[in-house]
Amino acid sequence: MTEMAQTTAATRTAETVASRLSRRYAAERRFRALGLGSILLSVGFLALLLGSIIDKGWTGFLQTQIAIEIAFDPQVIDPDGSRDPVTLDTADYAALVRNGLVARLAPEADRATRRDLSALVSTMAANQLRHMVTNDPSLIGTRATLWLLASDKLDMVVKGQVPRQLGADGNSLNDRQLGWLGELEQAGQTRKTFNATFFISGDSRAPEQAGIWGAVVGSFFSLAITLLVSFPLGVATAVYLEEFAPSNRWTNLIEVNINNLAAVPSVVFGLLGLAVFLNVFHMPRSAPLVGGLVLALICLPTIIIAGRAALKAVPPSIRQAAAGLGASPLQIVAHHVLPLAMPGMLTGTILGMARALGETAPLLMIGMVAFIVDIPKSPLDPSAVLPVQIYLWAGSTERAFVEKTSAAIIVLLLFLVSMNMVAIVLRKKFERRW
Amino acid sequence: MNMNAVLPQGSSKISAKALDVHYSEKQALFGVDLDIRAGEVTALIGPSGCGKSTFLRCINRMNDLVDGARVSGSLTLDGTDIYDRIIDVVQLRARVGMVFQKPNPFPKSIYDNVAYGPRIHGLAQDQAELDEIVMTSLEKAGLLNEVKDRLQESGTSLSGGQQQRLCIARAIAVEPEVILMDEPCSALDPIATAKVEELIDELRENFTIVIVTHSMQQAARVSQRTAFFHLGKLIEVGDTEQIFTNPQQPLTQGYITGRFG
Repeated sequence: MTEMAQTTAATRTAETVASRLSRRYAAERRFRALGLGSILLSVGFLALLLGSIIDKGWTGFLQTQIAIEIAFDPQVIDPDGSRDPVTLDTADYAALVRNGLVARLAPEADRATRRDLSALVSTMAANQLRHMVTNDPSLIGTRATLWLLASDKLDMVVKGQVPRQLGADGNSLNDRQLGWLGELEQAGQTRKTFNATFFISGDSRAPEQAGIWGAVVGSFFSLAITLLVSFPLGVATAVYLEEFAPSNRWTNLIEVNINNLAAVPSVVFGLLGLAVFLNVFHMPRSAPLVGGLVLALICLPTIIIAGRAALKAVPPSIRQAAAGLGASPLQIVAHHVLPLAMPGMLTGTILGMARALGETAPLLMIGMVAFIVDIPKSPLDPSAVLPVQIYLWAGSTERAFVEKTSAAIIVLLLFLVSMNMVAIVLRKKFERRW
Repeated sequence: MNMNAVLPQGSSKISAKALDVHYSEKQALFGVDLDIRAGEVTALIGPSGCGKSTFLRCINRMNDLVDGARVSGSLTLDGTDIYDRIIDVVQLRARVGMVFQKPNPFPKSIYDNVAYGPRIHGLAQDQAELDEIVMTSLEKAGLLNEVKDRLQESGTSLSGGQQQRLCIARAIAVEPEVILMDEPCSALDPIATAKVEELIDELRENFTIVIVTHSMQQAARVSQRTAFFHLGKLIEVGDTEQIFTNPQQPLTQGYITGRFG
């Protein structure tokens, strides 16, 4: 009797389980599909974002040049034949370029035609000639065919970013200029080369002469200041709060406030920097020093929180082992806990720095949004930083700045990716298991 | 030099009188009176939560690391109150070493693990003396033959039993007078346990040992005296043989015969 009851109960269990089994598995499949779907969606958006930036930006790494035969006419450069360096430096090299263009494309040119011709090349071309002549005055009186940097308008047409049809809407060159361009192209006198200018110069009003090096140096100075200030402060704070501070109302208050600070919008830190560093301490405006200090304030909560998490992750058994041998509290921290927590702290710091590299708003507040051509030589010089440079170019009207903006974004993303890679490598390399 | 040489075997090394311990609101020890004799192994037994580990951790003041822990009553080491203001906790822990339940070598080389204590206390004048201390300690811990060719390898690369003996070597490298062991074999297999027990028996010649254990066989095998704790009170203390063959208290009787615990 009991045996039969038992058998019935067992059968009933098996049946109930079996009837619900397919529903349980279906729920699991739905859950997995949902997760996979959301991952695919985000990967898709990321690909779209990167794809559009790279598609728009890669041409920014190229520049158009045109080949023109230049006559280094002594009458224009140095009519007296004195070879005086000042005369050589101040000569009208733009006229040499213009004469070369006239001779090649429109020998019978009037004043308006000459102006149209000049618009084909960048003003950089004249600088190029000046540089050549001041370096080697013996060039005067000779002729040479040179590759000259094209103007941004010509560049856009060659790269196919503005319509090419004669008289089309939005055309940056007029019909006559387009005709000349066709003539040069047929004679093989145009080429696209690697745009080294983009990587070695500072900002410029002329898109074909604009580069990111000034902004890269500015970012480097800012981040160096940020690291120097926030890393020691952050680590010291984390160690004190986690290892030494008594747990009472005050430390709880401090902890809550640090967590709050991590969530404060960065523009507020910018206002703080403006009020304190600029208005009270009268530090230089637009300087990486101030930018770095403001970014350090933004990074500090992140570094402290990451540092405390890393310290918490050190097993208490290590602390007990050291304490049991008679190590003093400072020795326990310095010899055992801190070395074990350091990889985690470094990872947190690099991620904080990566965030600082991309910050724009707080730097606008302290005036790092000025148009600065010179490459900064110290953290006290006015300077731009990469994200602000992107912001500035994105607001420029010239069509050619569109590709520069995207190209600068690509460079910024490469920096961010490499910093994150360093963080991952550090973590993998130094993480200890026990 | 070792104080045990001065004190005759069997005299009282550590003495607790009316020792109370509170963790915040909760009282963990109630008026414990217990003498630990020099040159002997004293086993503390009792069911989980009975306060035996708490008592052990009072002796080297590891309870200081616990928030809200309060100790009252008297606990003396060689007649000096351990909780007296004049006692420096760093110095105390150099005299009273500890081996923990779970092997916890530092993630450093085997050599550095053993050398750490002598280094921070400045016990070695030069490298040669430090080498000597490390070798002697490893030998006393019965580990030298197994690790002498790989002293620079990480201490965490050893097996569990080897790690625990490394921790013992690390503790005796400081030349303490007392070694506290908190269930040193609970994470080890029977073979490693046998080795550690053998080691404890050898160490008795030079050190006073207090061991907390859940295994009554272990207490019977390694100790000369046994103290039985229950719910924070010391129920009975006596020679190990007497406790296991002829307990005076019914609670002790019940515990050692396995009726509760």
